[in-house]
Amino acid sequence: MYQFSGRLKTFSIALILLGAIGLAFSFYSGSKTTLEDAKHAIEAANHGTHGGHEAATAPHQEEASHHESEEKTDKEAHAAMIEAYSNSEAHETTDGHGSSHDDAHAEHVLHQLQNRPWSAFYVALFFFLGMTLLVLTFYAIQRVAQVGWSVVILRVMEAITANLLPVSILMIIVLAASVMHVNHLFPWMAEGIFDPESDNYDAIIDGKSWWMNSTGFMLRSIAYLIIWNAYRYVIRKGSIKEDTANDGNKTYKKNYNLSVVFLFLFMITESMMSWDWIMGLDPHWFSTLFGWYVLATLLVSALTVIAFVTIYLREKNVLPGINDSHIHDLAKFMFGFSVFWTYLWFAQFMLIWYADIPEETTYFVARFTEYKLPFIGMVVMNFVFPVLLLINSDFKSKPWFVFIGGTVILLGHYIDVFVMVMPSTVGAQWSFGIPEISALFFFIGLFIYTTFSAFAKANPIAKGNPFLKESEHFHYYNIEHTSEDGSGDHH
Amino acid sequence: MESSKVIHAFYTDDEILLDAVKAVKAEHHHIEEVFCPFPVHGLDKAMGLAPTKLAITAFMYGITGLAVAIWMTNYMMIQDWPQDIGGKPSFSWVENMPAFVPIMFELTVFFAAHLMVITFYMRSRIWPFKEAENPDPRTTDDHFLMEIPVHNNEEELTSLLSKTGAVEINVVDKH
Repeated sequence: MYQFSGRLKTFSIALILLGAIGLAFSFYSGSKTTLEDAKHAIEAANHGTHGGHEAATAPHQEEASHHESEEKTDKEAHAAMIEAYSNSEAHETTDGHGSSHDDAHAEHVLHQLQNRPWSAFYVALFFFLGMTLLVLTFYAIQRVAQVGWSVVILRVMEAITANLLPVSILMIIVLAASVMHVNHLFPWMAEGIFDPESDNYDAIIDGKSWWMNSTGFMLRSIAYLIIWNAYRYVIRKGSIKEDTANDGNKTYKKNYNLSVVFLFLFMITESMMSWDWIMGLDPHWFSTLFGWYVLATLLVSALTVIAFVTIYLREKNVLPGINDSHIHDLAKFMFGFSVFWTYLWFAQFMLIWYADIPEETTYFVARFTEYKLPFIGMVVMNFVFPVLLLINSDFKSKPWFVFIGGTVILLGHYIDVFVMVMPSTVGAQWSFGIPEISALFFFIGLFIYTTFSAFAKANPIAKGNPFLKESEHFHYYNIEHTSEDGSGDHH
Repeated sequence: MESSKVIHAFYTDDEILLDAVKAVKAEHHHIEEVFCPFPVHGLDKAMGLAPTKLAITAFMYGITGLAVAIWMTNYMMIQDWPQDIGGKPSFSWVENMPAFVPIMFELTVFFAAHLMVITFYMRSRIWPFKEAENPDPRTTDDHFLMEIPVHNNEEELTSLLSKTGAVEINVVDKH
């Protein structure tokens, strides 16, 4: 049995506390921002980076901005697109840099400044929730496909999914706060959006109100989280029961059936979750493969995290039966799904780039202007680097290479989520500082605590699984195992 | 040359065959070839064959395909008959690059796959209408055959092989 060491426990709790303090500080200073700060930020932007931004936006203005003033692309490309498309007429009148526009603009920037701690928390929260969820899904796939090789690390995956419950609760809190207007993460929740009499009226969002309304949003969100958590609760129980069941695989088959149902529900809820929680941040914009794209990001992260925890536990000698081939297989998945992510990322980009329709390009205009470095950088981190590092078969079974590649992959996919969320919520007011780092610390600490305390609570090997032998003998023909002797072992 | 004489040892199980190959190698005899009805994992290692370099050639072919795709799209779409791609008449390969990525991908795969298969055929010395090399048709059904060249040690080899579980041992002249 594994024992959650005191040192690791202290470390994780320290991370949680550090993160919580940093977050409390950021939320406090975020709530203190005033209209004055917003005006300062606007001025600083106008003086400091005007030239640079102008140059960067120039090609895009040709394509999509005949109805925008220059200052608007400069400051809030996406918001301008949203507004320009729906009420361009109303906008013409306020476009002349009149005082009403300046005030509205300052208030918008103020909301972005106030959103910063919320967004920082939301990015890390979504990243960890999604990653944990995809570990659960990958685990369900192992059961449905009756995979042999991975049986010795099934308990590792199970332990990671213990993180699902706390992050789900935090997600409910953040979404409820959004619905109650505590923050301004979701533009479609703003006052008057669905009211034709209001200045804020948005015909496009109103047309989607059958889906985009607070009640439905909240009900759906709770439903997704309940479905996922229910499966996690039941399958964990069933899996532990398998160890001692000895009932001719009856429990095993029951777990199989449960997992089939979960995977079916997952594919539906995952797509809907990505529309609600991420695409809803840009309520005018849509992409039909967005659910897949989010899935790919979260899946690569999930596999990397499984590999990390597996390598760590193997170093601690608490994972009997594991060998280099298992690490090799995890690294193959990391490599393969990195390419899969790139495929989806590029497919989404290319179609929008090719068609060049203003209502679609807004998404990429906002990211190319204000987020150029993270946006381009993440493609290098998520595609070029893993391909170069992990293409060699021998490297895939070396823990150090997997660790280096995995670190870059995880950072890259965090940035991917960052670039999905931030342009819509904080726009040009983004940076990477105390709120973002604190949120990461908080969730890493929470992850370590939940994962390893869950791992300590059950047998590290799923010994009731009928494929356990196959997994222990697993040997990818192309590599030499380092630790144990592979002689006479030609399966 | 007496080395044209070979021993054919037949086996009916891949596990027994693998152990036999290991036993023969342990006595430092050279195994010319093993004929199997299906691939046996670990056989190449047991026979002491060097790892394949096919993966490296595949990589080279892929790079070639990528280069051809870049050259081809540039020549066809930019130089020879400049095209207005997606309403963006920039006439620059770099600016139109996203449109060419699928072609670059496809030709990389096409070159790597086809040239790798052709390389494999050449390396294995097989081509259309080639006569089968396997000495006994049973190796395409349910028998494994190990071929060992004889160097004045017929007796020794025969007794060794019969101990490894061979179901049939023949000494034949190889033409």
